[in-house]
Amino acid sequence: MLNKHSKIEKNSILMLVCVVIAISVGGLIEIVPLFRVETTIEPIKGIRPYTPLELAGQDIYIREGCYGCHSQQIRPLRDEVERYGHYSLAAESMYDHPFQWGSKRTGPDLARVGGKYSDDWHVGHMINPQEFVPESIMPSYSAMESRDANLVDIGAHLATLKLVGVPYTDSMIENAYDDAMTQAQEGNSESESALFERYGKNINIRNFDGKKGVVSELDAIIAYLQVLGTMANLKDYDPDILIKETSPE
Amino acid sequence: MIQDDKDKHIDEFSGIETTGHEWDGIKELNNPSPRWWVWLFIVTIVWAIGYWYVYPAWPTFSGDGFRGGTQGRINWTQYKQLEESQNEILSRRAENLEQFQKNSIEDVMKHPQLFAFAVAGGKSAFKENCAGCHGSGAAGARGYPNLNDDDWLWGGSIENIYLTIKYGIRTDNPKTRASTMPSFKGMQEEDLKQIAAYVMSLSKGWRYTAEGKTKYEQMCLFCHGQDGVGNPSLGAANISDSIWLHVEDSNPGIVSQIENPKHGVMPAWEGRLDDATIKQLAIYVHSLGGGE
Ligand code: HEC
Ligand code: HEC
Ligand code: HEC
Repeated sequence: MLNKHSKIEKNSILMLVCVVIAISVGGLIEIVPLFRVETTIEPIKGIRPYTPLELAGQDIYIREGCYGCHSQQIRPLRDEVERYGHYSLAAESMYDHPFQWGSKRTGPDLARVGGKYSDDWHVGHMINPQEFVPESIMPSYSAMESRDANLVDIGAHLATLKLVGVPYTDSMIENAYDDAMTQAQEGNSESESALFERYGKNINIRNFDGKKGVVSELDAIIAYLQVLGTMANLKDYDPDILIKETSPE
Repeated sequence: MIQDDKDKHIDEFSGIETTGHEWDGIKELNNPSPRWWVWLFIVTIVWAIGYWYVYPAWPTFSGDGFRGGTQGRINWTQYKQLEESQNEILSRRAENLEQFQKNSIEDVMKHPQLFAFAVAGGKSAFKENCAGCHGSGAAGARGYPNLNDDDWLWGGSIENIYLTIKYGIRTDNPKTRASTMPSFKGMQEEDLKQIAAYVMSLSKGWRYTAEGKTKYEQMCLFCHGQDGVGNPSLGAANISDSIWLHVEDSNPGIVSQIENPKHGVMPAWEGRLDDATIKQLAIYVHSLGGGE
């Protein structure tokens, strides 16, 4: 019987079928249970979809390849928790498409960078990182200062994300452009309450780049950086929480 | 060239059967897999079965069970492992931490061992959290104050430093330190120049006009004080010492601050860092040389 492998080796179709079967066993066992998302994502309060401005920031983050140097995942290891704060929860990246966990850390992890610095600092640091960290090898992104954030089709972007399960409502999609302007304080301030109503109270409404008149790419990327890791209500989090009892909100 | 099992080819040198293929006169021996390799393969399978039993391994389709899967015999989780390794550090620090909680910062600073513990801890926390703005040697940069000198915006006593770090400056924290220098845009250019000249005179001893001084006393004295010594309860800078946070060391620099005042923002660390770490940081910053 052990000599029969020559049959498989000499018949490429048969070989292919056997390879597919072998891989599927491992794959199915690992992947299928994960589709039952409620068993793998901890119930934790506070997680909301990104606002349109933050989403525009994430697009820039991906376009510029920031993930090539920065991870967004604090692993439950002592040294990482000491340095970056509470380990990341699956729920915190459940609306990231694509997720930004990464594994390359030329620069520090950014999963909880929100609130660590002021907007002003981010502006200065994006334009010239070496001004603050002389030995930094992070490149300058000064072009973002003068480029408008791409908000024309941001509503369509929300609608697309809705297709893959991000709970954007119709009114969020409809008002996406205005919400982005409002968050960067370039719209009218009366619409702030509508923004809060749609996305909840935990939103930074500021003129992130400190410049009036336009919503620049800096506004968008800083809005995104400033929300990273700040949504989850970590005080309530208990790793032994029984997954079956509650579902994420 | 497909060979049947029936017509075997035996290699004449080794006496071992070949696969029957031939490439440019080279044949391949059909040796069985080495024994050690086969055994290793079996051992890994047995190992896996043991592993499933001991560790959390199999997800359940229904999502029942511990975190949606089998729990494993020894109840191991990554979270427990983390907790254990953190507890190990905490117990090493326990004695010092307990003293930290019990005593006021002033008492901690009088105690040589605790003081050394605080400075060491504060130094490493500073590198990770503060160096980006204040520089790794705490020497600051434009807009970010030097913490080595004895020029303080919000006061250099240990208590004040502690409060500044904990609640931040101009943040969302309800107890944040905050104050705003009003913009005096629209003022006559002549007046602007005279006030600026008076302000510069405070540190340089240059000449100024009586009008400049009067205007200063009307508009700026309330915050920046007599002779520009500043007011830490308002975070109003000392403007008589040539140490500038935001402005150029020149008359036009002062004018621009009067017309378009700049304000620094420093994040609040309450919630991000625990109280013991904030105390350590306060003691470290205080020990840098400028503490009052
Ligand atoms: C070549 C690698 C590289 C790339 C690409 C890069 N960075 Fe960095 N980044 C670094 C390094 C190194 C540091 C640490 C030194 C410093 O603060 O500049 C850093 C620091 C940072 C910090 C401060 C983090 C902290 O906790 O101190 C932020 C925020 C940041 N980067 C954002 C970005 C963003 C946004 C992008 C993409 C637009 C980006 N980086 C692209 C290397 C990189
Ligand atoms: C985002 C940049 C930033 C970070 C990070 C930061 N600071 Fe500051 N800090 C500032 C600014 C800006 C000021 C001055 C605020 C003002 O203009 O009133 C300041 C002021 C201070 C002061 C008061 C100085 C005075 O003259 O009264 C202390 C003390 C201080 N920081 C300590 C720290 C410590 C300790 C940390 C780390 C835990 C830290 N800072 C992190 C930006 C920062
Ligand atoms: C309501 C209080 C208030 C008044 C009134 C006020 N200031 Fe200020 N001023 C401040 C504060 C607070 C700061 C520090 C801002 C910071 O820490 O970022 C400041 C900063 C400055 C600075 C910059 C200091 C530095 O180190 O860069 C100058 C110069 C200055 N003020 C001049 C004036 C003059 C001149 C007037 C009168 C025309 C005036 N201020 C009126 C509160 C005030």
